[in-house]
Amino acid sequence: MKNRKPIIDGRDLVKIYQMGEFEVRALDGASIQVQEGEFVAIMGPSGSGKSTLMNLLGCLMSPTSGEYFLDGEDVSDLDQVELAQIRNQKLGFIFQSYNLLARTPALQNVILPLFYNRTSRLTDEEQQDKATNMLDAVGLGDRIYHEPQELSGGQQQRVSIARALVNDPVMVLADEPTGNLDSKSGAELMELLVSLNKQGTTIVMVTHDPAIAEYTNRTIHLLDGKVEREVKNGKEHK
Amino acid sequence: MKPIKVIKIAWLALLKSKIRSLLTMLGIIIGVAAVIIMIAISAGTEATIQEQITGLGSNLIYVSASFGRAGPGSDFNSGGLVYDDAFAIADQINGVAGVVVEQSSTQSIKAGDISLDSVTIMGTTADFPSVRDMEITSGRYFTQEEIDRTTSIAVLGSSLAEELFGDQDPFGETITVGGNIRLTVVGVFDEKGMVGDVDYDSRLYTPITIVLEKLTNNQFSRFMGDRVRLIYVEVDESVGSEGERTLDDVIYQIELLLAKRHDVTLDEPDFTITTQQDIITTQESTTAAFRSLLAWVAGVSLIVGGIGIMNIMLVSVTERTREIGIRQSVGATPNDIRWQFLTEALLLSLIGGLIGVTVGVIGSWVFGEASGMRTVIVASSVLLAFGSAATVGIFFGFYPANQAAQLDPIEALRYE
Ligand SMILES: Nc1ncnc2c1ncn2[C@@H]1O[C@H](COP(=O)(O)OP(=O)(O)O)[C@@H](O)[C@H]1O
Ligand SMILES: [Mg+2]
Repeated sequence: MKNRKPIIDGRDLVKIYQMGEFEVRALDGASIQVQEGEFVAIMGPSGSGKSTLMNLLGCLMSPTSGEYFLDGEDVSDLDQVELAQIRNQKLGFIFQSYNLLARTPALQNVILPLFYNRTSRLTDEEQQDKATNMLDAVGLGDRIYHEPQELSGGQQQRVSIARALVNDPVMVLADEPTGNLDSKSGAELMELLVSLNKQGTTIVMVTHDPAIAEYTNRTIHLLDGKVEREVKNGKEHK
Repeated sequence: MKPIKVIKIAWLALLKSKIRSLLTMLGIIIGVAAVIIMIAISAGTEATIQEQITGLGSNLIYVSASFGRAGPGSDFNSGGLVYDDAFAIADQINGVAGVVVEQSSTQSIKAGDISLDSVTIMGTTADFPSVRDMEITSGRYFTQEEIDRTTSIAVLGSSLAEELFGDQDPFGETITVGGNIRLTVVGVFDEKGMVGDVDYDSRLYTPITIVLEKLTNNQFSRFMGDRVRLIYVEVDESVGSEGERTLDDVIYQIELLLAKRHDVTLDEPDFTITTQQDIITTQESTTAAFRSLLAWVAGVSLIVGGIGIMNIMLVSVTERTREIGIRQSVGATPNDIRWQFLTEALLLSLIGGLIGVTVGVIGSWVFGEASGMRTVIVASSVLLAFGSAATVGIFFGFYPANQAAQLDPIEALRYE
């Protein structure tokens, strides 16, 4: 395997929530590396710190201590504005509950990250073209003007995948992406993620379903805010 | 981010909940419309008063009898002003163009088969048409000689002539006033219209001596004899111009003359002299007070409208917490969020302002038509109202926008 650059390099990550007098150590010295082009699953029992880790990796908050390099850049200690810009340029999110803007056509939902992109200033038409292409790529080319409530769960999740990819992020973060889907649409969605990964997209995904984790290259198991163990997955896909 | 995009986003957000947007704007709409309508009413009132004053003829001085000399309390206690004072002023003061004395009485009148109740019989003097800017269309007005001889003649206002005689020429016809006084019509006035509350066209004009001697059937009035309450003095146009005597001069001369005739001192006169300018000044200060009261009322309603916007924006921020979280997750900065909500508030108040201006302009007109009050739409009031609406929008939009900008992305995304 050729030498790939690390996308995620998190060292001794600690996140402490202050609950009045009590401290909750949601992450307690977790270290995690993800290389470019990898597809990694994060598993663990409820309360083990999966969501907290995802929020840290997704630059939705900063760690209490520890270092986090994203795509070679130290993002451990940035302010809200800088974090927002990192999220916009380097990350794409897929949520369990899709999180699409209600009563807003798929196309507009996909354009949203382009709208907040301060470095590549695309014209309205270029934005529309790019978003349309993204929706095409996830198989929704004929549904671009549908609003979320007119789409099935699987279709909505594919809109959110298009949205996650539209700014050419270095990594996509998915928190239980199949959690709200029936097993058939869940499997279809995983096939889509696998094929995106094959085209080079780095993906980190939280799941509690071992069958879903099987689609990935590697599974990181969390326990009590620490990395318990890492397992390489052998399942092969066409 | 380009402002036009921010506006577009805000616009789309407002369109998504049209009813709510409309309700939010309601306060602003009412506030702006109230400002415009109220200022239109006060400006209309002002214009009416102004017209009324100038309609009386220009360069007028009013000499009125003061209460006091014959003891207070009686309506007929008209100081010492008498009919002859008017002629003394006309004859002896330089710079006086004309003098008019009026004494009116309300009577029923009859001409042929037609009877009318409650017609105002105006007893006046010879200068009346020129001092009051009234034109004779047919026939003539009466002369001083006819007044002195108490000649039984009449000049009709245009609508009165029409009512009594229709298309016929009333010249030489006889009108019976108060049952037994017969007046011969010698002329008809041109249409003058309403001046303030006074309808000059529905009146009958006759020598003042007729009213003083034959139509004042009140015992006390007879006793008062030729006492009058008001003398109109029209000042020559040259007064006040360069090298001529000033208006104050003329007034002082009149004061000296009347004081001498009445045997009083200028410290304790039994008459008061008022100029047109005095009346205008008084009216202006009254209407200014009225106007500022209305402005306060309207201003308060604008603030209430602003609080309405703030209230609904706060609710909207809460309801749209998830949306804010989504925007934050794809890269919206706190400022992006702040501007979005601020722009929404601004758009709401500007659109509300525009609708308010429309409602205000139409409302002023409708109110004027319905109430018969005059309304004048003042351009500056439209700008003022619109400007305050925008200010109110920014001011009251700021707090909710800040609340939105400070939301934590994780909390916002989790919000159900
Ligand atoms: N915002 C928060 N405030 C306080 N405690 C929290 C917060 N979020 C998570 N926790 C606590 O941190 C621990 C890890 O939570 P989480 O990261 O959500 O775990 P998981 O996603 O694996 O269930 C739990 O004990 C949880 O109660
Ligand atoms: Mg969780």
